[in-house]
Amino acid sequence: MAVAVGRPSNEDLRNLSLSGHVGFDSLPDQLVNKSTSQGFCFNILCVGETGIGKSTLMDTLFNTKFENDPATHNEPGVRLKARSYELQESNVRLKLTIVDTVGFGDQINKDDSYKPIVEYIDAQFEAYLQEELKIKRSLFNYHDTRIHACLYFIAPTGHSLKSLDLVTMKKLDSKVNIIPIIAKADTIAKNELHKFKSKIMSELVSNGVQIYQFPTDEETVAEINATMSVHLPFAVVGSTEEVKIGNKMAKARQYPWGVVQVENENHCDFVKLREMLIRVNMEDLREQTHTRHYELYRRCKLEEMGFKDTDPDSKPFSLQETYEAKRNEFLGELQKKEEEMRQMFVMRVKEKEAELKEAEKELHEKFDLLKRTHQEEKKKVEDKKKELEEEVNNFQKKKAAAQLLQSQAQQAGAQQTKKDKDKKNASFT
Amino acid sequence: MSKGLPETRTDAAMSELVPEPRPKPAVPMKPVSINSNLLGYIGIDTIIEQMRKKTMKTGFDFNIMVVGQSGLGKSTLVNTLFKSQVSRKASSWNREEKIPKTVEIKAIGHVIEEGGVKMKLTVIDTPGFGDQINNENCWEPIEKYINEQYEKFLKEEVNIARKKRIPDTRVHCCLYFISPTGHSLRPLDLEFMKHLSKVVNIIPVIAKADTMTLEEKSEFKQRVRKELEVNGIEFYPQKEFDEDLEDKTENDKIRQESMPFAVVGSDKEYQVNGKRVLGRKTPWGIIEVENLNHCEFALLRDFVIRTHLQDLKEVTHNIHYETYRAKRLNDNGGLPPGEGLLGTVLPPVPATPCPTAE
Repeated sequence: MAVAVGRPSNEDLRNLSLSGHVGFDSLPDQLVNKSTSQGFCFNILCVGETGIGKSTLMDTLFNTKFENDPATHNEPGVRLKARSYELQESNVRLKLTIVDTVGFGDQINKDDSYKPIVEYIDAQFEAYLQEELKIKRSLFNYHDTRIHACLYFIAPTGHSLKSLDLVTMKKLDSKVNIIPIIAKADTIAKNELHKFKSKIMSELVSNGVQIYQFPTDEETVAEINATMSVHLPFAVVGSTEEVKIGNKMAKARQYPWGVVQVENENHCDFVKLREMLIRVNMEDLREQTHTRHYELYRRCKLEEMGFKDTDPDSKPFSLQETYEAKRNEFLGELQKKEEEMRQMFVMRVKEKEAELKEAEKELHEKFDLLKRTHQEEKKKVEDKKKELEEEVNNFQKKKAAAQLLQSQAQQAGAQQTKKDKDKKNASFT
Repeated sequence: MSKGLPETRTDAAMSELVPEPRPKPAVPMKPVSINSNLLGYIGIDTIIEQMRKKTMKTGFDFNIMVVGQSGLGKSTLVNTLFKSQVSRKASSWNREEKIPKTVEIKAIGHVIEEGGVKMKLTVIDTPGFGDQINNENCWEPIEKYINEQYEKFLKEEVNIARKKRIPDTRVHCCLYFISPTGHSLRPLDLEFMKHLSKVVNIIPVIAKADTMTLEEKSEFKQRVRKELEVNGIEFYPQKEFDEDLEDKTENDKIRQESMPFAVVGSDKEYQVNGKRVLGRKTPWGIIEVENLNHCEFALLRDFVIRTHLQDLKEVTHNIHYETYRAKRLNDNGGLPPGEGLLGTVLPPVPATPCPTAE
């Protein structure tokens, strides 16, 4: 049955006006409700030297004490430690993962310091890609481990970026959203801070490092994002200890010469960082990670493996070939696995058989043994019986003999007495 | 030792295609819940607002298909639902025009905006369904269309360089119009719903409900529900996709009491009690479309648009589309389900060629 299919072409889209309230303006709410019930994921990577204040800053940002012990400086290499937490605020559940670079900047030779970081980020993309390419997949409740934001901690030298910083950031800028921050900013004086910031930004620009741009395309956030961008990199101070200021307790660091208040915008940019990272752009960070960084990774990965897009009319033969090759390889693997399993099965069956035979043999032996013992016992009993009979016979014989003897003796006695009598009688004549 | 050890294949020729062992991703520790330790406000809940703003900016797609015999009021109902002239009615159809010999699929797109939310609505009409003398397999073109949309989406998704937002033409909702005979479902209805409930969300709707009295209506609805159940037809909201107890109780109520919705459509307004309402004027009274005592149109509208629109899209995406995709990738590779298959690109679509209307 031939069918005429009419497809909507873009020119056909008419703008219609509604004559009443339809109700689909609740659509964003419906969408948001769904996401709220599922919970959100947010993953932050903290890159910085040991002791620069990464853990303290995380504690301060999220208003809580994540359990971690400070790292030592003797790590042989850089490794990444990831910790997950579930935070809940009103009805929003957030699965927060904080990834720390342990040992960054401690080695004497830091050539390969960036490698574990890049590998970790790639590994998260890879995991997502694998899930996406599965035949039976469940993307809608996949726990997203891709890094959404990378806080790069710059040491407060006051001069410029270290070469390690430049190299690492250059390697990371196409894979993750980088937000550079100046750590321990209370060691820099106000006037030096301004110079430091502009030096850093110009170095980043001249080296072509692409840091995360706060989005300015939507009117409601464009203004705040634009004003905040001017203050990059944010100079932050972290503290989880509270100090009494005026009549309130506030997070601060107490020095003999004064108190540095974390949430005071004159003292440091902590509030700005929190605004930008969490309260304004968290969703945008997640989206950029998915639509830009992940797509780039995916594209590179698939191209690397030799796949090209088909154009609508013909398929390049290399595609067919690679597909066939992959398929054969896969089938081969399958067959091998099948064989292995069969082998194992056969082996197991044999083992079991052997075991059973052993058991059977043992049983037989036991049975034989029992039979033999039984025979022996029987024989013994027989023997004893015979013995007894013999004894009884003997006894009877003896008894008979005794009786005979007795009777003989009696007779003899009688004869003797008769003889005696006769003899007596004879002597009387 | 064990005989029959398989020969290991030497894939030297294919070694460059064999991916090197992938690094095992560092799995984060099991999440520690530290709800109780939160001191002070962080601002995590602002993500809801952020998300809402973003979705409003990108806009939404919604594709609704209407299926039913001619004259059941499909176009009128869609116009009433979206309060605008979305479908051009076939009122100009007269006897001289040919009845379409086959089932046609007509998709027309519109952009409507309300409260800052922009929606690209596509109404897919199926003129000719059930109108021939011999209606065998008339659901096939519809099933084919639906699968074609899934195929389109799948092709886009599998591309190496993907679009930022893949245009979604998949059918999210199919309203099936049941003739208000008052007896039971027709064999055509059953056949159609049986075939299509597995690929798309079907919402059965009793059309022209103003021909039935209240008792007739409730009896008919009960009978239809029974028949659907007996035939194993899972209409939306499907029982198996209820996520939690709350959803289940809410959906159970809809499934067992309200559905199928008995609706009346109209795009004409009349004055009733001083208000202007949409209705149908008859010698014996005015049937108000949005009056719950008269018909269940308001229920249908709330159900489809105000509460379950997003869910319709999600079920289509997460379940129907995934089923299609899994089947597609399975059939053509002959590979067992559930296996990770990195790097498979779609082999050519088998069987019937589809006419490309580029």
